[in-house]
Amino acid sequence: MSTVHLSEITKQFGSVEAVKKLELTIKEGEFFTFLGPSGCGKTTTLRMIAGFYYPTKGKVKFNEKDMTTVPPEKRNTGMVFQNYALFPHMTVFENVAFGLKVRKVSKAEIKKRVEEVLKKVRLDQYIERQVSQLSGGQQQRVALARALVIEPDILLLDEPLSNLDARLRDEMRAEILRLQREYGITTIYVTHDQVEALSMSDRIAVFNFGECQQVGTPTEIYNEPVNDFVAEFIGETNLLPIQFEQKTENQIIYHSEQLNGAVHVQNTTGNIAKHEESDALLMSIRPEAIMVSTEELTGENVFSGTVELVQFTGAAVHTTVMVNNSIKIQTTGLNQGPSTYLKAGTTVYVKLPADQIRVVPKAKE
Amino acid sequence: MLNAEKRKTILLLIPVALILIGYVLYPSIETMLESFKKNGVFSLQNYQDFFGAKSAANFEALWNSVYISLLSVFFSALIGVPLAFVFNRYDFPGRQFFSNIAIMPIVLPSLVGVMAFMFLYGEAGLVPNAIKDILHLENVPFSIGGISGILIVHAYTMYPYFYMTTSSALNNLDPSLEEAAFNLGSSRFKVFWKVTFPLLTPGLVAASLLVFMVSMASFSAPFLLAGGYRVLSLQIYFSKINGDLEMAATQSVILSVVSISFLLFMRWYQGRKDYRMASKGIGAHRSEVNNPLLKWSMVTLGIIAMIVLLLPHVTLLVLSLVPEGAWTWQTYPTAFSLENFKLLFEDPNIWDPVKHSLIMSFLACFGVFIFGIITSYALVKRKFIGKNLLDILVMIPWALPATVVGMNLILAFNEPSVFSFGKILVGTFWILPLAYFVRFLPLVVRSTNAVLEQMDDSIEEAAQNLGAKWFYTFRRVVIPIIMPGVLSGTLLAFVQAVGEFPTSVLLYTLGNRPISIEIMNQLRMFNLGQAAAYGMIQVGLIAIVMFIAYRFFGVKTENTL
Repeated sequence: MSTVHLSEITKQFGSVEAVKKLELTIKEGEFFTFLGPSGCGKTTTLRMIAGFYYPTKGKVKFNEKDMTTVPPEKRNTGMVFQNYALFPHMTVFENVAFGLKVRKVSKAEIKKRVEEVLKKVRLDQYIERQVSQLSGGQQQRVALARALVIEPDILLLDEPLSNLDARLRDEMRAEILRLQREYGITTIYVTHDQVEALSMSDRIAVFNFGECQQVGTPTEIYNEPVNDFVAEFIGETNLLPIQFEQKTENQIIYHSEQLNGAVHVQNTTGNIAKHEESDALLMSIRPEAIMVSTEELTGENVFSGTVELVQFTGAAVHTTVMVNNSIKIQTTGLNQGPSTYLKAGTTVYVKLPADQIRVVPKAKE
Repeated sequence: MLNAEKRKTILLLIPVALILIGYVLYPSIETMLESFKKNGVFSLQNYQDFFGAKSAANFEALWNSVYISLLSVFFSALIGVPLAFVFNRYDFPGRQFFSNIAIMPIVLPSLVGVMAFMFLYGEAGLVPNAIKDILHLENVPFSIGGISGILIVHAYTMYPYFYMTTSSALNNLDPSLEEAAFNLGSSRFKVFWKVTFPLLTPGLVAASLLVFMVSMASFSAPFLLAGGYRVLSLQIYFSKINGDLEMAATQSVILSVVSISFLLFMRWYQGRKDYRMASKGIGAHRSEVNNPLLKWSMVTLGIIAMIVLLLPHVTLLVLSLVPEGAWTWQTYPTAFSLENFKLLFEDPNIWDPVKHSLIMSFLACFGVFIFGIITSYALVKRKFIGKNLLDILVMIPWALPATVVGMNLILAFNEPSVFSFGKILVGTFWILPLAYFVRFLPLVVRSTNAVLEQMDDSIEEAAQNLGAKWFYTFRRVVIPIIMPGVLSGTLLAFVQAVGEFPTSVLLYTLGNRPISIEIMNQLRMFNLGQAAAYGMIQVGLIAIVMFIAYRFFGVKTENTL
C-alpha cells in the first residue's frame, strides 16, 4: 500500500500539452477517481503513474520514493486495462499466474494464491478455461484477479467497465468496491461516467483540457462545484450567466439578463464559489432543487413561464419550463402519480431557492 | 535523455538495418552503378543502346513483357472471378471439395508446372497426340508454345490470386448490404453492379497488380516455352550468360523501375479508399441451387475444372514412373517402374540436388524466421525516424523480379565487400541461401505484420505492469501470439524456396545445384522421367510441409498468400 504524490506534472506529446502542471496527492487505501471527458488527460496521468509514459516535467512519488523514471515492471502496480489485455494464448490460470511467475514465486504458492484470488472474484470453476471462452464480465474479473494477485501497492483501473452492458456494469461496480475494501489497496480509477465516479469514490479529481479542475468528495463535487465545467459535467444543471448587482446583510443579489430579473443568493461559501472580481460569473441550480407550481409562489427568485415538455422516466418526472419565451429551465420531481404531471402549455411558476443556487466562475481554458 | 525504450529500439534496429542495407540496398545500388558503366567508364551508353535502334530486341522484349502481363491479368481474372462466385455463392453437391481443389495450382512450383504443361499440351504432348490418334489426324490438332503457351501457363498458375481475393471479399461482404439494396427496390442486376461489384474492386485491383507484377517477373514459362519470343526477364539471363554484365544491369534497372512503380501504385491505391466493413459477425450466405438442371451443370463444371486443374499433377506422377530411355521417340511412354525414385537413394549424383535444396531452404527459412520476427516487431511496435524507408527496403525484394534480385546479388558479391566479410560470395555455396533469404524475407514480414497489427499494445503493457521485463514479455507473450503469422510466412517461404528457379539459375554452382536446376539438366538430356520424378519430390516436400503446418500449427495454406 502506498500514497501517490504527483507534483507539478506536465506531459507533452509533440506540441500538445496533454497534462498541465498537475498537483495531486492520493492517500493510502483511498479509492480515488479521475473523471473527465475523453481527451482530458486522465488516462495519460494514469499511464504516468503506471510508468508507460514519463512526465515531461514534474515528479511521481509513491510514499516518499521518487518513481518518475522507474520502468513499469519495477513499480508493483496492478493495472486493469480498458480492453482487459488478457493474454489470448493462455488459460485463466496462466493469465493470473503470470505476474507471480515473473516474481519467481514457487509453483505450489502460485497455485494456492491463484486459486484464492479466483475464488474471491468467483471464477474458481473456470480456472482451466481459455480466456476467449469467457463472457465480457468474466474476462473483466480475470483481469482484476490478475492485477490483485501480485498484491500491488496501487491498483490502477482504466475505464474497466466501459465495455460491459448496463446490468453487468452495476454488478461489477459492487464487485470492484467489495474487493477494494477487502484488500484495502490504494486504487486509482479512470472513468468518464459520472454515476460510476459518484457512487464508488472516496474522492474524485475532475479533469478538463489536461488540467485538474477540482478535487473533492463526491458530495463536494456535486454540491459545491468550483466552476461551470464541473457543475455541468457532473449531473444535470441549469447554467445562466449573471452579473453582480449588490450585497445585502446575508445575501448577494445578481442580475440575470435571460430571466430579466434579480437573483438572490445566500452569501455562504457553500453558495458562492471562490472567484476573482474580473471573472465572468454563472449561476448553477440543479433541476431537483427547483420548485414548480401552477399556483403563484411567493418570495424571491420566482419567475413565471409555460411548460414546454414533460418527460416521464420512471422514478422521476422531468419538466422543461420556458421562461421569458427565451430560456429553458430544467426541473425534476419524483414521480407522485399521474395527477401531478403538468401538461405542455400550462402557465406555471418556478422558484429558484436562494440557498440552493451555486454561483461559479467561468472555467479558464 | 536516452531512456530504456529508445535503447531497446536501437538495439533491435541495428541487426535489421545491417541486413537490409547489406543485402538489399547495397546490391541494388551496385546494379544501378553498373548500369551506368560502359567498359568500366561512366556513360549512358547502355540506356541509349536499350532504347536505341541498334538493339531493337531489348525494346521489343520490354513491350512483350508488358503485353503478356496485361493479357495474363485478363485471363486470370476471367477464370478466377467467376469460379469464386460459383463456389462461394451457390451450394451444390461437392462444393467444398471443388473449392479446395481450386487452389491446387499453388502447390506446383513454377518450373514444374511449366514442365507438366509441356508434357501435356506441347508439340509432343500427351493430349494433342491422343486426340490425333483417336481422330486419325495427320498432324497434332494443336500444341502450346510461344505466347499462347506462356499465357495458358500464366492463367493456370495465377488465377488463384483472383480466385482467393474474390472469395475472401465475398465471404467478408455483409449480406445485409445486398439485402438493404434489395429492400430499397434494386433489381438483381443493379444490386450486383452498384453494391457487390464496387465492394469487390479493391481486392480485384490488388489481385490485378499482383498478377501483373508476377507475370512481369515470370521466368520459368518463357524459359521453357518462349521459343524465339523475347521477354525482359529472359533477356537479363541471356545478357548475363553472354557475359555482358553491364547490359544485364541496365535491363534489370528498367525491369525494376516498372515493377516498383506498380508496387507504389498499389500502395497508393490501397491507402486511398477504405472499404472495410464496420459490422461484425458476418456469416457467409449461399443460396442453395434447387433447379436440377442448373445444379448438375454446376457439378459438371466443378468436375471439369477439377480434371483440368489436376491433370498436370497426375501427369507428373505418371511420368515420374517412366524409367530412362522408355519415352524418347515413342508417342507414349512404354514402361513404368519406380526406377527414378530408387536411383535417388542409390546414386549420390541424383540425391545431391535434393539434399542441397533441403539444406538451403532450411537455412533460408531459419534466417527469415528470426529476422522476420525482429523486423516486423520493429516496424509495427516501435517508433523511430526512417521507419518508412525501412518499410520500403523490406518490401523491395518482394517487388523486384527474381531475376533482378539474382543480378543484384551477382553484381554486389562478385567482389569482396564488408557485407560478405571480405569474401567473394558468387560461386560459393552461400550465395543461394542468401538469395532465398533476401527474396523471402518480405513474406514473413508481411504475414507477421498482419498479426502484430492486430495485437493491442495493452497486451505488452499488461505483462510489463505485472513485472515482466521486455525480453520475458517478448518471449512469453508476444512470440506465442504472433506465431501463427510467422509460421505461415515461413511456410510460404519454404514452399517457394524448394521450387525456386529464376535466381537459382543465375547463381548456382555444381556444389549447390538445387532440384530445379537438376530438372532443367534432365530435360536437356531428354530424361523426362527423372525430371518428372524431381518435380514430384518438390511437390511432395511442399505437401508434407503444408500438412505438418496445418496439422500441428493450424496454419492454412490458402491464408498465407
